[in-house]
Amino acid sequence: MAKPMEEIKWQELEPGAVVREVGNAREYETGTWRSEKPVVNADECIHCGVCWLFCPDAAIHQMPDGHFEANLTYCKGCGICARECPVGCITMVAEEEE
Amino acid sequence: MDRFTVFAPRLVEKAEYFTSGHRACQGCAEALAVRLVMKALGRNTIVAMATGCMEIISSPLPTTAWNVPWIHVAFENASAVISGCEAGMKVLMRKGKVPEKKINFVAMGGDGATADIGMGQLSGALERGHDMIYVCFDNEAYMNTGIQRSSSTPYGASTTTSPAGKVSIGQRTQKKNLPQIAVAHNIPYVATACPSFPFDLMEKVKKAANIKGPAYVHILSVCPTGWRIPTSDSIRYGRLAVDTGVFPLYEVVDGKYRMTYEPQKLRPVGDYLKGQGRFRHLKDKDIEEIQRRVNQEYEKIISKCGGM
Ligand SMILES: Cc1ncc(C[n+]2csc(CCOP(=O)(O)OP(=O)(O)O)c2C)c(N)n1
Ligand code: SF4
Ligand code: SF4
Ligand code: SF4
Ligand SMILES: [Mg+2]
Repeated sequence: MAKPMEEIKWQELEPGAVVREVGNAREYETGTWRSEKPVVNADECIHCGVCWLFCPDAAIHQMPDGHFEANLTYCKGCGICARECPVGCITMVAEEEE
Repeated sequence: MDRFTVFAPRLVEKAEYFTSGHRACQGCAEALAVRLVMKALGRNTIVAMATGCMEIISSPLPTTAWNVPWIHVAFENASAVISGCEAGMKVLMRKGKVPEKKINFVAMGGDGATADIGMGQLSGALERGHDMIYVCFDNEAYMNTGIQRSSSTPYGASTTTSPAGKVSIGQRTQKKNLPQIAVAHNIPYVATACPSFPFDLMEKVKKAANIKGPAYVHILSVCPTGWRIPTSDSIRYGRLAVDTGVFPLYEVVDGKYRMTYEPQKLRPVGDYLKGQGRFRHLKDKDIEEIQRRVNQEYEKIISKCGGM
Protein backbone atom coordinates (compact mmCIF):
# COMPACT_ATOMS: atom_id res chain seq x y z
CA MET A 1 0.00 0.00 0.00
CA ALA A 2 1.54 3.29 -1.06
CA LYS A 3 1.50 6.09 1.49
CA PRO A 4 -0.57 9.08 0.45
CA MET A 5 1.62 11.80 -1.06
CA GLU A 6 0.85 14.24 1.79
CA GLU A 7 2.34 11.85 4.33
CA ILE A 8 5.58 11.16 2.48
CA LYS A 9 8.64 13.08 3.64
CA TRP A 10 11.26 13.92 1.06
CA GLN A 11 13.82 11.78 2.91
CA GLU A 12 11.69 8.73 2.19
CA LEU A 13 11.76 9.20 -1.57
CA GLU A 14 14.18 7.02 -3.49
CA PRO A 15 16.60 8.94 -5.69
CA GLY A 16 15.05 9.14 -9.15
CA ALA A 17 11.59 8.88 -7.59
CA VAL A 18 11.56 5.11 -8.13
CA VAL A 19 8.25 3.36 -7.48
CA ARG A 20 8.83 -0.32 -6.71
CA GLU A 21 5.24 -1.44 -6.30
CA VAL A 22 4.03 -2.27 -9.80
CA GLY A 23 0.61 -1.10 -10.90
CA ASN A 24 -0.22 0.45 -7.53
CA ALA A 25 -2.31 3.13 -9.26
CA ARG A 26 -5.05 0.57 -8.56
CA GLU A 27 -5.19 1.99 -5.06
CA TYR A 28 -6.59 5.19 -6.52
CA GLU A 29 -10.30 4.68 -7.05
CA THR A 30 -11.28 6.66 -10.11
CA GLY A 31 -14.90 5.54 -9.67
CA THR A 32 -15.42 8.57 -7.44
CA TRP A 33 -15.19 10.79 -10.54
CA ARG A 34 -18.35 9.34 -12.03
CA SER A 35 -21.68 11.10 -12.42
CA GLU A 36 -23.31 8.38 -14.53
CA LYS A 37 -22.84 4.64 -14.34
CA PRO A 38 -23.27 1.94 -16.97
CA VAL A 39 -25.97 -0.60 -16.17
CA VAL A 40 -25.91 -3.83 -18.22
CA ASN A 41 -29.05 -5.77 -19.01
CA ALA A 42 -27.57 -9.21 -18.40
CA ASP A 43 -30.37 -11.02 -20.29
CA GLU A 44 -29.61 -9.15 -23.51
CA CYS A 45 -25.80 -9.29 -23.23
CA ILE A 46 -24.32 -11.55 -25.94
CA HIS A 47 -20.99 -11.90 -24.07
CA CYS A 48 -19.02 -10.40 -26.98
CA GLY A 49 -16.62 -8.40 -24.79
CA VAL A 50 -16.64 -5.29 -26.99
CA CYS A 51 -17.28 -3.11 -23.93
CA TRP A 52 -14.30 -4.73 -22.17
CA LEU A 53 -12.04 -4.16 -25.15
CA PHE A 54 -12.92 -0.46 -25.56
CA CYS A 55 -12.91 0.67 -21.92
CA PRO A 56 -9.99 3.12 -21.50
CA ASP A 57 -9.90 2.34 -17.80
CA ALA A 58 -9.94 -1.45 -17.96
CA ALA A 59 -12.98 -1.17 -15.73
CA ILE A 60 -15.14 -3.95 -17.17
CA HIS A 61 -15.07 -7.56 -16.11
CA GLN A 62 -16.85 -10.76 -16.97
CA MET A 63 -19.23 -12.24 -14.43
CA PRO A 64 -19.35 -16.00 -13.67
CA ASP A 65 -22.51 -16.39 -15.82
CA GLY A 66 -20.68 -14.89 -18.83
CA HIS A 67 -22.16 -11.41 -19.06
CA PHE A 68 -20.00 -8.32 -18.67
CA GLU A 69 -20.31 -5.60 -16.07
CA ALA A 70 -18.56 -2.39 -15.10
CA ASN A 71 -16.26 -2.38 -12.11
CA LEU A 72 -17.57 0.68 -10.30
CA THR A 73 -14.40 1.08 -8.25
CA TYR A 74 -12.69 2.41 -11.40
CA CYS A 75 -15.41 3.18 -13.96
CA LYS A 76 -15.31 6.92 -14.69
CA GLY A 77 -18.66 6.89 -16.44
CA CYS A 78 -17.46 7.97 -19.88
CA GLY A 79 -20.23 6.10 -21.67
CA ILE A 80 -18.02 4.47 -24.34
CA CYS A 81 -19.22 0.96 -23.43
CA ALA A 82 -22.87 1.98 -23.74
CA ARG A 83 -22.19 3.68 -27.07
CA GLU A 84 -20.23 0.76 -28.54
CA CYS A 85 -22.22 -2.24 -27.27
CA PRO A 86 -23.46 -3.89 -30.50
CA VAL A 87 -26.81 -4.88 -29.01
CA GLY A 88 -27.35 -1.72 -26.99
CA CYS A 89 -27.84 -3.50 -23.68
CA ILE A 90 -25.90 -0.93 -21.61
CA THR A 91 -27.69 2.16 -20.28
CA MET A 92 -26.00 5.09 -18.59
CA VAL A 93 -27.88 5.96 -15.42
CA ALA A 94 -27.34 9.10 -13.36
CA GLU A 95 -25.73 8.18 -10.05
CA GLU A 96 -28.27 9.85 -7.81
CA GLU A 97 -31.26 8.29 -9.55
CA GLU A 98 -30.30 4.69 -8.71
CA MET B 1 -11.19 -8.61 -38.05
CA ASP B 2 -12.56 -5.43 -36.59
CA ARG B 3 -16.17 -6.41 -37.07
CA PHE B 4 -16.32 -8.45 -33.86
CA THR B 5 -17.79 -11.57 -35.37
CA VAL B 6 -16.13 -13.56 -32.61
CA PHE B 7 -15.95 -13.31 -28.87
CA ALA B 8 -13.37 -10.55 -28.56
CA PRO B 9 -11.63 -11.26 -25.26
CA ARG B 10 -10.81 -14.83 -26.22
CA LEU B 11 -8.37 -13.46 -28.78
CA VAL B 12 -6.88 -10.77 -26.62
CA GLU B 13 -4.38 -10.83 -23.78
CA LYS B 14 -6.38 -10.67 -20.54
CA ALA B 15 -3.63 -9.24 -18.35
CA GLU B 16 -3.48 -5.47 -18.00
CA TYR B 17 0.00 -3.96 -18.13
CA PHE B 18 -1.46 -0.46 -17.93
CA THR B 19 -3.82 -0.64 -14.98
CA SER B 20 -7.03 0.91 -13.80
CA GLY B 21 -6.59 3.84 -11.46
CA HIS B 22 -4.74 6.00 -13.99
CA ARG B 23 -5.90 9.60 -14.07
CA ALA B 24 -6.74 10.13 -17.74
CA CYS B 25 -9.90 12.12 -18.47
CA GLN B 26 -13.13 10.19 -18.93
CA GLY B 27 -13.27 8.57 -22.35
CA CYS B 28 -9.59 9.16 -23.21
CA ALA B 29 -8.77 7.08 -26.29
CA GLU B 30 -5.09 7.85 -25.83
CA ALA B 31 -5.20 5.87 -22.56
CA LEU B 32 -7.09 3.13 -24.40
CA ALA B 33 -4.37 3.12 -27.07
CA VAL B 34 -1.69 2.67 -24.39
CA ARG B 35 -3.71 -0.14 -22.80
CA LEU B 36 -4.03 -1.99 -26.13
CA VAL B 37 -0.39 -1.43 -27.10
CA MET B 38 0.68 -2.95 -23.79
CA LYS B 39 -1.65 -5.92 -24.27
CA ALA B 40 0.04 -6.56 -27.62
CA LEU B 41 3.56 -6.22 -26.19
CA GLY B 42 3.18 -8.22 -23.00
CA ARG B 43 5.35 -8.22 -19.93
CA ASN B 44 8.85 -8.49 -21.43
CA THR B 45 8.80 -4.83 -22.25
CA ILE B 46 10.72 -1.76 -21.16
CA VAL B 47 9.14 1.61 -21.81
CA ALA B 48 10.70 5.07 -21.95
CA MET B 49 8.05 7.74 -22.09
CA ALA B 50 8.29 11.41 -22.92
CA THR B 51 6.33 13.84 -20.80
CA GLY B 52 2.76 14.41 -21.87
CA CYS B 53 -0.71 13.29 -20.81
CA MET B 54 0.10 9.59 -20.68
CA GLU B 55 3.14 10.11 -18.51
CA ILE B 56 1.38 12.50 -16.14
CA ILE B 57 -1.79 10.45 -15.73
CA SER B 58 0.05 7.17 -15.17
CA SER B 59 2.69 8.18 -12.65
CA PRO B 60 1.65 10.65 -9.95
CA LEU B 61 4.13 9.80 -7.17
CA PRO B 62 3.98 7.42 -5.30
CA THR B 63 1.78 5.45 -7.70
CA THR B 64 2.26 3.97 -11.14
CA ALA B 65 -0.22 2.46 -13.58
CA TRP B 66 2.59 0.44 -15.19
CA ASN B 67 3.15 -3.25 -14.67
CA VAL B 68 6.40 -3.22 -16.65
CA PRO B 69 9.68 -1.33 -16.15
CA TRP B 70 8.89 2.21 -17.20
CA ILE B 71 10.91 5.39 -17.08
CA HIS B 72 9.73 8.96 -17.40
CA VAL B 73 12.24 10.98 -19.35
CA ALA B 74 12.35 14.55 -20.60
CA PHE B 75 10.21 15.78 -23.46
CA GLU B 76 12.74 15.21 -26.20
CA ASN B 77 14.70 12.11 -25.34
CA ALA B 78 12.46 9.03 -25.13
CA SER B 79 14.09 7.60 -28.25
CA ALA B 80 17.61 8.36 -27.02
CA VAL B 81 16.93 6.75 -23.63
CA ILE B 82 15.43 3.61 -25.13
CA SER B 83 18.40 3.41 -27.54
CA GLY B 84 20.66 3.37 -24.49
CA CYS B 85 18.52 0.71 -22.76
CA GLU B 86 18.68 -1.49 -25.84
CA ALA B 87 22.42 -1.06 -26.35
CA GLY B 88 23.12 -1.54 -22.63
CA MET B 89 21.02 -4.68 -22.27
CA LYS B 90 22.66 -6.14 -25.36
CA VAL B 91 26.05 -5.78 -23.71
CA LEU B 92 24.81 -7.14 -20.36
CA MET B 93 23.39 -10.20 -22.12
CA ARG B 94 26.60 -10.72 -24.09
CA LYS B 95 28.59 -10.61 -20.84
CA GLY B 96 26.17 -13.06 -19.23
CA LYS B 97 25.12 -10.57 -16.55
CA VAL B 98 21.50 -10.69 -17.68
CA PRO B 99 19.89 -13.88 -19.04
CA GLU B 100 19.37 -13.87 -22.81
CA LYS B 101 15.79 -13.13 -23.70
CA LYS B 102 13.69 -11.16 -26.09
CA ILE B 103 12.81 -7.78 -24.65
CA ASN B 104 10.67 -5.17 -26.36
CA PHE B 105 12.36 -1.77 -26.08
CA VAL B 106 9.66 0.81 -26.55
CA ALA B 107 9.76 4.59 -26.66
CA MET B 108 6.47 6.42 -26.38
CA GLY B 109 5.58 10.04 -26.92
CA GLY B 110 2.70 12.32 -27.80
CA ASP B 111 2.53 14.24 -31.06
CA GLY B 112 4.21 17.26 -29.45
CA ALA B 113 7.02 15.06 -28.17
CA THR B 114 7.36 13.32 -31.53
CA ALA B 115 6.58 15.77 -34.31
CA ASP B 116 8.21 18.79 -32.67
CA ILE B 117 10.40 18.35 -29.65
CA GLY B 118 11.84 14.84 -29.97
CA MET B 119 12.07 14.82 -33.76
CA GLY B 120 15.86 14.96 -33.94
CA GLN B 121 16.39 12.24 -31.38
CA LEU B 122 13.78 10.01 -33.01
CA SER B 123 15.53 10.43 -36.35
CA GLY B 124 18.85 9.55 -34.73
CA ALA B 125 17.49 6.39 -33.11
CA LEU B 126 15.87 5.22 -36.35
CA GLU B 127 19.04 5.90 -38.29
CA ARG B 128 21.27 4.03 -35.81
CA GLY B 129 19.09 0.98 -36.31
CA HIS B 130 18.33 0.04 -32.71
CA ASP B 131 16.03 -2.92 -32.19
CA MET B 132 13.26 -0.75 -30.78
CA ILE B 133 9.73 0.47 -31.34
CA TYR B 134 8.68 4.08 -31.25
CA VAL B 135 4.97 4.61 -30.62
CA CYS B 136 3.53 8.06 -31.20
CA PHE B 137 0.18 8.75 -29.56
CA ASP B 138 -1.18 11.50 -31.74
CA ASN B 139 -4.04 13.47 -30.21
CA GLU B 140 -3.19 16.38 -32.49
CA ALA B 141 -2.09 18.97 -29.92
CA TYR B 142 -0.16 19.49 -26.68
CA MET B 143 -3.09 18.35 -24.59
CA ASN B 144 -1.49 17.95 -21.21
CA THR B 145 -0.70 21.63 -20.91
CA GLY B 146 -4.08 22.79 -22.18
CA ILE B 147 -4.53 22.19 -25.93
CA GLN B 148 -1.70 24.09 -27.63
CA ARG B 149 -1.18 23.48 -31.35
CA SER B 150 1.63 21.22 -32.50
CA SER B 151 2.91 20.58 -36.02
CA SER B 152 0.60 17.54 -35.97
CA THR B 153 -2.55 19.63 -35.38
CA PRO B 154 -4.71 19.50 -38.51
CA TYR B 155 -5.56 22.50 -40.65
CA GLY B 156 -8.58 24.38 -39.35
CA ALA B 157 -8.50 23.07 -35.77
CA SER B 158 -9.00 25.65 -33.05
CA THR B 159 -6.55 25.32 -30.17
CA THR B 160 -5.54 27.76 -27.44
CA THR B 161 -2.51 28.85 -29.49
CA SER B 162 -4.29 28.68 -32.86
CA PRO B 163 -7.64 30.08 -31.83
CA ALA B 164 -10.32 30.44 -34.49
CA GLY B 165 -11.77 33.93 -34.78
CA LYS B 166 -12.78 36.66 -37.18
CA VAL B 167 -9.48 36.65 -39.03
CA SER B 168 -8.17 33.19 -38.25
CA ILE B 169 -9.38 29.77 -39.34
CA GLY B 170 -7.55 28.25 -36.39
CA GLN B 171 -4.53 26.10 -37.29
CA ARG B 172 -3.24 27.56 -40.57
CA THR B 173 -0.69 24.88 -41.43
CA GLN B 174 -1.21 21.34 -42.69
CA LYS B 175 -0.61 18.37 -40.41
CA LYS B 176 2.96 17.11 -40.52
CA ASN B 177 3.06 13.59 -41.95
CA LEU B 178 5.07 11.70 -39.35
CA PRO B 179 4.61 8.15 -40.68
CA GLN B 180 6.03 9.30 -44.02
CA ILE B 181 9.02 10.87 -42.26
CA ALA B 182 9.61 7.53 -40.54
CA VAL B 183 9.32 5.70 -43.89
CA ALA B 184 11.99 8.01 -45.31
CA HIS B 185 14.45 6.51 -42.81
CA ASN B 186 14.15 3.18 -44.67
CA ILE B 187 13.37 1.30 -41.48
CA PRO B 188 11.85 -2.20 -41.66
CA TYR B 189 8.42 -1.36 -40.24
CA VAL B 190 6.10 1.65 -40.16
CA ALA B 191 2.37 1.56 -39.47
CA THR B 192 -0.57 3.79 -38.68
CA ALA B 193 -3.24 2.60 -36.25
CA CYS B 194 -6.21 3.72 -34.18
CA PRO B 195 -7.77 2.13 -31.07
CA SER B 196 -11.17 2.22 -32.76
CA PHE B 197 -9.71 -0.72 -34.76
CA PRO B 198 -8.23 -2.63 -31.82
CA PHE B 199 -7.32 -5.88 -33.59
CA ASP B 200 -5.58 -4.04 -36.40
CA LEU B 201 -3.69 -1.97 -33.80
CA MET B 202 -2.55 -4.94 -31.72
CA GLU B 203 -1.52 -6.93 -34.78
CA LYS B 204 0.67 -4.06 -35.96
CA VAL B 205 2.28 -3.58 -32.56
CA LYS B 206 3.08 -7.31 -32.45
CA LYS B 207 4.62 -7.11 -35.89
CA ALA B 208 6.64 -4.08 -34.85
CA ALA B 209 7.91 -6.04 -31.85
CA ASN B 210 8.84 -9.13 -33.84
CA ILE B 211 10.68 -7.35 -36.65
CA LYS B 212 14.37 -6.88 -36.00
CA GLY B 213 15.45 -3.24 -36.11
CA PRO B 214 13.58 0.01 -35.60
CA ALA B 215 9.82 0.19 -36.02
CA TYR B 216 7.53 3.20 -35.89
CA VAL B 217 3.81 3.03 -35.06
CA HIS B 218 1.69 6.16 -35.34
CA ILE B 219 -1.59 5.97 -33.42
CA LEU B 220 -4.41 8.45 -33.88
CA SER B 221 -5.62 8.88 -30.29
CA VAL B 222 -8.89 10.72 -29.90
CA CYS B 223 -8.89 13.19 -27.01
CA PRO B 224 -12.44 14.14 -26.05
CA THR B 225 -11.20 17.01 -23.87
CA GLY B 226 -9.14 18.71 -26.58
CA TRP B 227 -11.36 17.84 -29.51
CA ARG B 228 -14.41 19.00 -27.62
CA ILE B 229 -16.56 15.94 -28.17
CA PRO B 230 -18.72 13.91 -25.76
CA THR B 231 -16.64 11.45 -23.72
CA SER B 232 -18.70 8.55 -25.06
CA ASP B 233 -17.75 9.30 -28.67
CA SER B 234 -13.97 8.76 -28.75
CA ILE B 235 -14.22 5.39 -30.47
CA ARG B 236 -16.76 6.72 -32.93
CA TYR B 237 -14.59 9.66 -34.01
CA GLY B 238 -11.57 7.43 -34.50
CA ARG B 239 -13.67 5.24 -36.76
CA LEU B 240 -14.90 8.32 -38.64
CA ALA B 241 -11.31 9.52 -39.15
CA VAL B 242 -10.58 6.23 -40.90
CA ASP B 243 -13.88 5.94 -42.77
CA THR B 244 -13.52 9.46 -44.20
CA GLY B 245 -9.93 8.87 -45.32
CA VAL B 246 -8.63 11.55 -42.97
CA PHE B 247 -6.47 8.90 -41.26
CA PRO B 248 -5.80 5.88 -43.51
CA LEU B 249 -4.73 2.64 -41.85
CA TYR B 250 -1.68 1.20 -43.57
CA GLU B 251 1.64 -0.45 -42.95
CA VAL B 252 4.98 -0.30 -44.71
CA VAL B 253 7.09 -3.44 -44.44
CA ASP B 254 10.60 -3.05 -45.87
CA GLY B 255 9.34 -0.21 -48.04
CA LYS B 256 6.29 -2.09 -49.30
CA TYR B 257 2.98 -0.34 -48.62
CA ARG B 258 -0.26 -2.11 -47.77
CA MET B 259 -3.66 -0.75 -46.74
CA THR B 260 -4.77 -2.81 -43.77
CA TYR B 261 -8.34 -1.58 -43.78
CA GLU B 262 -10.10 -0.05 -46.71
CA PRO B 263 -13.53 1.53 -46.46
CA GLN B 264 -15.72 0.51 -49.42
CA LYS B 265 -16.47 4.12 -50.12
CA LEU B 266 -15.05 7.08 -48.23
CA ARG B 267 -17.53 9.08 -46.21
CA PRO B 268 -17.51 12.88 -46.67
CA VAL B 269 -15.06 14.61 -44.29
CA GLY B 270 -17.91 16.71 -42.96
CA ASP B 271 -19.12 13.59 -41.11
CA TYR B 272 -15.88 13.65 -39.16
CA LEU B 273 -15.46 17.42 -38.73
CA LYS B 274 -19.02 18.30 -37.76
CA GLY B 275 -19.71 17.57 -34.13
CA GLN B 276 -16.14 18.27 -33.01
CA GLY B 277 -15.93 21.53 -31.09
CA ARG B 278 -12.44 22.26 -32.40
CA PHE B 279 -13.86 22.44 -35.97
CA ARG B 280 -17.18 24.05 -35.07
CA HIS B 281 -16.31 27.38 -36.75
CA LEU B 282 -15.53 25.87 -40.18
CA LYS B 283 -17.67 27.08 -43.06
CA ASP B 284 -18.81 24.91 -45.97
CA LYS B 285 -16.07 26.28 -48.20
CA ASP B 286 -13.45 25.43 -45.57
CA ILE B 287 -14.78 21.88 -45.39
CA GLU B 288 -14.61 21.67 -49.20
CA GLU B 289 -10.97 22.71 -49.07
CA ILE B 290 -10.23 20.08 -46.41
CA GLN B 291 -12.06 17.48 -48.51
CA ARG B 292 -9.91 18.33 -51.53
CA ARG B 293 -6.78 17.93 -49.46
CA VAL B 294 -7.90 14.64 -47.88
CA ASN B 295 -8.70 13.18 -51.32
CA GLN B 296 -5.30 14.22 -52.59
CA GLU B 297 -3.44 12.65 -49.65
CA TYR B 298 -5.57 9.51 -49.73
CA GLU B 299 -4.85 8.97 -53.42
CA LYS B 300 -1.13 9.29 -52.73
CA ILE B 301 -1.32 6.48 -50.19
CA ILE B 302 -3.50 4.33 -52.45
CA SER B 303 -1.04 4.71 -55.30
CA LYS B 304 1.86 3.81 -52.99
CA CYS B 305 -0.06 0.65 -52.14
CA GLY B 306 0.01 -0.13 -55.83
CA GLY B 307 -3.36 1.38 -56.72
CA MET B 308 -6.64 -0.34 -56.02
C1 LIG C 1 11.02 20.92 -22.50
C2 LIG C 1 9.64 20.97 -21.95
N1 LIG C 1 8.78 21.90 -22.43
C3 LIG C 1 7.51 21.95 -22.00
C4 LIG C 1 7.05 21.07 -21.07
C5 LIG C 1 5.63 21.13 -20.57
N2 LIG C 1 4.80 20.06 -21.12
C6 LIG C 1 4.58 18.92 -20.44
S1 LIG C 1 3.53 17.86 -21.21
C7 LIG C 1 3.34 18.95 -22.51
C8 LIG C 1 2.42 18.61 -23.65
C9 LIG C 1 2.71 17.31 -24.33
O1 LIG C 1 2.07 17.23 -25.58
P1 LIG C 1 2.12 15.91 -26.41
O2 LIG C 1 3.51 15.45 -26.59
O3 LIG C 1 1.34 16.11 -27.68
O4 LIG C 1 1.38 14.85 -25.49
P2 LIG C 1 -0.16 14.90 -24.99
O5 LIG C 1 -0.14 15.59 -23.66
O6 LIG C 1 -0.95 15.62 -25.99
O7 LIG C 1 -0.52 13.47 -24.87
C10 LIG C 1 4.09 20.12 -22.30
C11 LIG C 1 4.14 21.26 -23.22
C12 LIG C 1 7.98 20.12 -20.57
N3 LIG C 1 7.62 19.20 -19.65
N4 LIG C 1 9.25 20.08 -21.02
S1 SF4 D 1 -18.48 4.04 -18.72
FE1 SF4 D 1 -16.41 4.24 -19.56
S2 SF4 D 1 -15.07 3.86 -17.80
FE2 SF4 D 1 -17.09 3.05 -17.25
S3 SF4 D 1 -17.03 0.93 -17.85
FE3 SF4 D 1 -17.95 2.04 -19.56
S4 SF4 D 1 -16.19 2.46 -20.92
FE4 SF4 D 1 -15.34 1.91 -18.90
S1 SF4 E 1 -20.67 -5.02 -25.48
FE1 SF4 E 1 -22.76 -5.37 -24.77
S2 SF4 E 1 -23.26 -7.40 -25.52
FE2 SF4 E 1 -21.05 -7.24 -25.63
S3 SF4 E 1 -20.32 -8.06 -23.68
FE3 SF4 E 1 -20.54 -5.85 -23.40
S4 SF4 E 1 -22.61 -5.60 -22.56
FE4 SF4 E 1 -22.50 -7.65 -23.43
S1 SF4 F 1 -6.46 15.76 -22.21
FE1 SF4 F 1 -7.05 14.32 -23.80
S2 SF4 F 1 -5.29 12.96 -24.10
FE2 SF4 F 1 -5.02 14.03 -22.14
S3 SF4 F 1 -5.85 12.62 -20.61
FE3 SF4 F 1 -7.49 14.05 -21.19
S4 SF4 F 1 -8.60 13.04 -22.86
FE4 SF4 F 1 -6.64 11.97 -22.61
MG1 LIG G 1 -0.60 15.50 -28.03
